[in-house]
Amino acid sequence: MMEKHKKLEKNSILLLIFTVIAVSIGGIIEIVPLFRLETTIEPIKGVRPYTPLELKGFNIYLREGCYTCHSQQIRPLRDEVERYGHYSLAAESMYDHPFQWGSKRTGPDLARLGGKYSDEWHVEHLIKPQNVVPESIMPSYKHLGNRVLNFDDMGKHLKALKITGVPYTKEMIENASKDGLAQLRPETEMAENLRNRYGEKVNIRNFDGNENIPTELDALISYLQVLGSMADLKNYDPQIVEEVKK
Amino acid sequence: MINYNDEIVKKFTIASIFWLVAGLAAGLLIAFQMVFPSLNFEPLLTFGRLRPLHTSAVVFAFGGNVLFATSYFVVQRTCQTRLSGDGWANFTFWGYQAFILMAGLGYLFGVTQGKEYAEPEWYADLWLTIVWVIYLIIYLVTLTKRKEPHIYVANWFFLAFIVTVAVLHLVNGVSIPVSLFGAKSYPLWGGVQSAMIQWWYGHNAVGFFLTAGFLGMVYYFIPKRANRPIYSYRLSILHFWSLIFLYIWAGPHHLHYTALPDWAQTLGMTFSIMLWMPSWGGMINGMMTLSGAWYKLREDPVLKFMIISLAFYGMSTFEGPLMSIKEVNALSHYTDWTIGHVHSGTLGWVAFISFGVIYYLFPVLWNKKNLYSLRLVNIHLWISTIGIVFYISSMWVSGIMQGLMWRAYDNLGFLEYSFVETVMAMKPFYLIRGIGGVLFFIGVLIMIYNLIKTLEIPSTNKSTISQKAQIQ
Repeated sequence: MMEKHKKLEKNSILLLIFTVIAVSIGGIIEIVPLFRLETTIEPIKGVRPYTPLELKGFNIYLREGCYTCHSQQIRPLRDEVERYGHYSLAAESMYDHPFQWGSKRTGPDLARLGGKYSDEWHVEHLIKPQNVVPESIMPSYKHLGNRVLNFDDMGKHLKALKITGVPYTKEMIENASKDGLAQLRPETEMAENLRNRYGEKVNIRNFDGNENIPTELDALISYLQVLGSMADLKNYDPQIVEEVKK
Repeated sequence: MINYNDEIVKKFTIASIFWLVAGLAAGLLIAFQMVFPSLNFEPLLTFGRLRPLHTSAVVFAFGGNVLFATSYFVVQRTCQTRLSGDGWANFTFWGYQAFILMAGLGYLFGVTQGKEYAEPEWYADLWLTIVWVIYLIIYLVTLTKRKEPHIYVANWFFLAFIVTVAVLHLVNGVSIPVSLFGAKSYPLWGGVQSAMIQWWYGHNAVGFFLTAGFLGMVYYFIPKRANRPIYSYRLSILHFWSLIFLYIWAGPHHLHYTALPDWAQTLGMTFSIMLWMPSWGGMINGMMTLSGAWYKLREDPVLKFMIISLAFYGMSTFEGPLMSIKEVNALSHYTDWTIGHVHSGTLGWVAFISFGVIYYLFPVLWNKKNLYSLRLVNIHLWISTIGIVFYISSMWVSGIMQGLMWRAYDNLGFLEYSFVETVMAMKPFYLIRGIGGVLFFIGVLIMIYNLIKTLEIPSTNKSTISQKAQIQ
């Protein structure tokens, strides 16, 4: 071995090539098969791309680094399923670019936050978390309520995501700016169009209590309120769920 | 006498110390934000924006500059030739500092891709790619110019670090910009694939940035400082190839019990456990270099820094495989145990070997007979060690405690604690951790004082300086 190794020690290019080969094998074996989607992502109904408003919220979630303290991945462990709800499925985050599974729970998991609290609770909590949870160590995000949303370039965002594989239709991309505002204007024609494009379950309402101006608070809450609520879990292979509960 | 390019090494060394102070200061602030949430100042100085600033500043700014400095220093000495391309080397310096500024300012203003340890947006990523490719070329050209027939083992590690980081960065960084004139982009990978690629990247940032590169330092500076050849040549070969081959598989242990397919999780766990062996092989190779010269540890605090760093390396590379076992991970994941583990590696291993190397480099680069004070080095060593002990033991307790509280049931079969009750229980430990960080920071200030005083010593003639004179 020592004699043969001398060849590598005397030739930098050969050493480089062997190094690249050695570090490539593991990555290729672990990553490439994941792109055979039928074995990686279970078929489940209901998961749809984010609406423009929710996407804005997703981007605010990223910008503020929420993922540094909150996970979005419920593990199939007894206590987690009881605390947070059904364990997370691969399909539920398939349109997240990038994934928001997180790595630390300084605060609780948010994978199934959607619908758990009222919009008013979220507004209070984001403005000053200690108002609703006195012992909380979360920072306040008052400034979100003062920042006005601009939907002008939402079409470009959807287009970029479409290139990555998120199934936005041509219609969704063309109407992205209108759809953004529409989600805050219930019982209008534009809201009806939004519903036609993204489905019956889309939350259409004013989220932050400020009727006049669409704010970042609206966007973030619309995102938080849809987390984990898209997938049709009731019709998802119940046997597995039972097994976990044991 | 070869005319080495030491100017570039000096620049990177100074920059590394500058970023170290910045990164540790950010770390201290976020540590105390977790005890006193009123220390968050929105929108710029909240935990969520500062945490990436802290991790990037210490890992990529401090660690990266140390790696540039030492790899440029070592490749010249072991190849007996001047670094190729002075202008290009200078470009890597300014280019890398520009990257750090682009990334760091971005985080403060909310420009991020939201991927841990890979937060910079697409334009900064592209810029880094250019800098990094030039780094690789400089390194390779210098290697091919060498006057020695063999490429010394330290260079294998540096080379593996440079090329693997390039591969990781390129694959993980592919993204689609929303517009050419805007900062925002969407990563090409989503969901499960995004998670797997991100942690393949993330874990190997640890494996190649914070391990392989720093092992390159072990293989040069410890033999040099101890004035002994490396313990075993055969073990070096085994260490190198097994380490780089096995490390790359370990990523999925960050994704246990998630929606990542089971087979990938199992592979990740298996290879993480196997990784224990080459890690300890390397530690033994480094430590045993002192065999027959152990007395030097008593006399030379700089060598002490290097050897203690290997001890911490051994400890955290034992803890890592342990935590990668699924059943252990079920408890440890998402808790402070992980934070403690990371810091025993970064403070104990990465920072300590760097301190040893910086103390070695300063007199050599600036032609001083010795450091200003070895006693201060000793004080730095002990105050930082105590700081690390505060840090990691408080995180062990809080991490394991929180993990147990999350899964605790009362005798009626209900979950015993609400989430916020577990947060309240953490408070004293967060405070102890913060104090540990303060101690570590004080140690660094002592180092800086010592180094500045060293620069004030009159320079000796270049040819009279020898390693022996330094140790006294």
